[in-house]
Amino acid sequence: MDCSPVKTAILGGWAKHKLNSTPDPSVCVVALQVAMESAALNFVNTTLNWVTLALDAPAARAVVFGVHIGGHLFVEVLLLVVILFLLSQKSYKPPKRPLTKKEIDELCDEWVPESLTPPITEEMQSEPPVLESAAGPHAIVNGKEVVNFASANYLGFIGHEKLRDSCTFALEKYGVGSCGPRGFYGTIDVHLDCEAKIANFLGTTDSILYSYGLSTMFSAIPCFCKKGDIIVVDEGVHWGIQNGLYLSRSTIVYFKHNDMESLEKTLEKITAKNQRAKKLRRYIVVEAVYQNSGQIAPLDKIIKLKEKYRFRVLLDESNSIGVLGHSGRGLTEYCRVPIEKIDIVTASMGHALATEGGFCTGSARVIDHQRLSSSGYVFSASLPPYLASAAITAIDVLEQNPDLTSKLKENIAILWKGLSDVQGLSIASNPESPIVFLRLEKSTGSVKGDLQLLEDLANRALKEASVFVVVSKRSTVDKCPLPVGIRMFVSAAHSECDLLKACSSLKKVAGVVLKDHICA
Amino acid sequence: MITIPYLTALSTYFSYGLLFAFGQFRDFFRKIFDWWQASNLQGYAPICLGLEDFYIRRLYLRIQDCFGRPIASAPDAWFDVVERYSNDNNKTLKRTEKISRCLNLGSYNYLGFAAADEYCTPRVIDSLNRFSASTCSTRVDGGTTTLHKELEDCVANFVGKPAAVVFGMGYVTNSAILPVIIGKGGLIISDSLNHNSIVNGARGSGATIRVFQHNTPPHLEKVLREHIAEGQPRTHRPWKKIIVVVEGIYSMEGEICKLPEIVAICKKYKAYVYLDEAHSIGAVGKTGRGVCELLGVDTADVDIMMGTFTKSFGSCGGYIAGSKELIQYLKYTCPAHLYATSISPPAAQQIISSIKVILGEDGSSRGAQKLAKIRENSNFFRSELQKMGFEVLGDNDSPVMPIMLYNPAKIPAFSRECLKQNVAVVTVAFPATPLLLARARICISASHTKEDLLKALEVISQVGDMVGIKYFPAEPTKQLQHQHQQPEKETIKLE
Repeated sequence: MDCSPVKTAILGGWAKHKLNSTPDPSVCVVALQVAMESAALNFVNTTLNWVTLALDAPAARAVVFGVHIGGHLFVEVLLLVVILFLLSQKSYKPPKRPLTKKEIDELCDEWVPESLTPPITEEMQSEPPVLESAAGPHAIVNGKEVVNFASANYLGFIGHEKLRDSCTFALEKYGVGSCGPRGFYGTIDVHLDCEAKIANFLGTTDSILYSYGLSTMFSAIPCFCKKGDIIVVDEGVHWGIQNGLYLSRSTIVYFKHNDMESLEKTLEKITAKNQRAKKLRRYIVVEAVYQNSGQIAPLDKIIKLKEKYRFRVLLDESNSIGVLGHSGRGLTEYCRVPIEKIDIVTASMGHALATEGGFCTGSARVIDHQRLSSSGYVFSASLPPYLASAAITAIDVLEQNPDLTSKLKENIAILWKGLSDVQGLSIASNPESPIVFLRLEKSTGSVKGDLQLLEDLANRALKEASVFVVVSKRSTVDKCPLPVGIRMFVSAAHSECDLLKACSSLKKVAGVVLKDHICA
Repeated sequence: MITIPYLTALSTYFSYGLLFAFGQFRDFFRKIFDWWQASNLQGYAPICLGLEDFYIRRLYLRIQDCFGRPIASAPDAWFDVVERYSNDNNKTLKRTEKISRCLNLGSYNYLGFAAADEYCTPRVIDSLNRFSASTCSTRVDGGTTTLHKELEDCVANFVGKPAAVVFGMGYVTNSAILPVIIGKGGLIISDSLNHNSIVNGARGSGATIRVFQHNTPPHLEKVLREHIAEGQPRTHRPWKKIIVVVEGIYSMEGEICKLPEIVAICKKYKAYVYLDEAHSIGAVGKTGRGVCELLGVDTADVDIMMGTFTKSFGSCGGYIAGSKELIQYLKYTCPAHLYATSISPPAAQQIISSIKVILGEDGSSRGAQKLAKIRENSNFFRSELQKMGFEVLGDNDSPVMPIMLYNPAKIPAFSRECLKQNVAVVTVAFPATPLLLARARICISASHTKEDLLKALEVISQVGDMVGIKYFPAEPTKQLQHQHQQPEKETIKLE
């Protein structure tokens, strides 16, 4: 029945050949095939007839629950049973063979760990110069008096009698350490006074003290940024911020160092991608004065961008408290931005305020949240009380003598003028920044080569000219891509002849060391 | 191991459940109230999402007055606690001028160096005058003074290692060292109850982290074998290095680490040992050299020894001691050494002076006296508390003893009642401890006299009865005495 098209085709072919009357052996084969097929067909037909008969037997015509059972139902039931059987079989997996004890022993014996540290190279063995006196504008190194440009003592508070007196008083009253974290009797009244003083000085509602400058940023960031939040950060930030960003597990996007167009482009790209970001928190992290390059962030432009794209700003003012602004209140005063617009301000007190530790300030909600969720605050001992009282005194002195900031500005200007014509080095920092950053005009090609040259320069300056400057150092875990250079920290306590001496010595030493590297 | 009585566990769960339900109820009303009132945060996501600070807002704020109590004097054996009051049901606390003199059972003052000391303080003030309060620069720039060099030699000598490096804060020491010595491709196996700084450092390093059961060397061995055999996850390459991190004394349990077994296992499987002696350096051991001396472990077997100066030396800062190559490498690349301000010179001088006192190099035997006193005090106090029926954790010789409270309502009750009787204790709850296991932690000091301890015992026993935390039966001898006494009293009354 369904083989009829085949039959007709074969018969037609046979007929054609017959008409062509050429004796074709294929014709006989075709005939044989046809015969075999007809036999098979007959067999199939009879089987089918027999099966239909069986299925149409009266037993199969039962009516169960009003459903007419036809014969095909048995086939379907059989198929269902087969399917269920196959599903219940476990899929083929090669059998698991856990390692035997002997094999584990062998693997453990074979395993050789790397050594704990890589082999010590020549450069790892260099020791920094050792001071024998306080790190004021003049320090004693190796028995000789040098002009010190290596301490971030911007307002000259090291050695100030008022700070010394308040520290002595605190040491006699409270001892040295505070012997406990803030939550467990480590809160001493000087801490609370210091926090109130800082908040008052900067014009915010509240502030929180950390016991170490470096830990301030890397504890504050993971407090507010969790997985899924977006942070846009300058590529030249220091390691503390980088570590905080890494620990927060948020999405990090870098923009070019201090480049506002790059920042705007990045913000645009991010807002375009995440339109439905209701629960996503978005932050911009910048430093006021960058430690790695001496540039100053243009805060007013950043605030405009922040308000346009609805981001929050985290500002690190370590090197600008006490320096920028006509009364030393930092970048917000310098750029005439009200401090309420910045959400979180952090700073390390180890620079202008000549004490240790750090603080974070902002709105009350921000600060209260950190008191319980910031790991560097909750799980660590509090700041020693004498350092907190030194901070209070430092802010007092700054408030009473606002001309210190103008003296510092003058000193920076003198240094700039003197260093503008050093051969082989160019100043890469902002003219108002207290960190004067000198970069090689022509690089040797590798970071290592640059460092070598600069170290040589700094060593010579110290030995021959008694001027103490330092090269910026990079750790192996630091990801900052900015170039290295010589850093000079200017202080308000430097006298004019100190600065002029430094300029002339550097010119001389640079002329000797960089003879081969001066571009024609 | 802590075994909670069944009924206590049930009641604790019930209490937390009630607090949680009540908190959610109030949050619900707050949400309606906020929706009704316009918010000023248009376009910005809230800085703290709803559930992140649920615990803080609804549970912690109720008992906020038990934590963060300010003091107005040095944290010595007796100190002045500033009284605070609140007008809005504990949401904000305001200071008053009034102070109350309390017995200090909460500060980490193991050897009594917290207050002004007759040998240390004059030298500290001297170094303040000479070097000023801070160097304002990093160690590699201009922050290394002769004092820092002396300090590092002193510490290396004291701990028993060839070299040491000192940082300004203990927390940062852990967080900044681990990323430098191990990275991606390494394995860190740490004890399940390690301190937050170690956890942060391990996370910051990028290595794979695995945990072994608290203080259980057989489980450590099992974990080591499994992981060495398997290799790195997914690629199965062999591990670059394995570091096992343990602490000397665990600050929330008071237990001493089983160091000899752990060191033996690590030697067998070629893993490096990192020992954090924050609480044990200076407080245990015959001459105060820490857990290694106490348990008889050779310091050359422990690869990296870390410790802090906040507890036994009355100062601030942390150190790492190890082989000369390790320290040289760390000085070259550790971010805490390269970027952070160096330790304050007066604090450094305090450490040097206190080490001299401990070793007896100041010419007196005060150091040995202090060490003997703290051991005596800790053992006496712990045995007395156990006799009274409290559930006290910790090993012998450990100056840290937690008393179990369990129930969240008992935390503020214990703390406030003790404060009323002028004893200041520290109570710890979630998240520093597991949710069910809240406790009060006592830290004994060498400056506590016998009378101080007896007064403390009396007060704690009284408050313990009031609050109901004597989970174990008191010693039978005392009970028999009471039984004998009572019939006599009755007979007297009848007469």
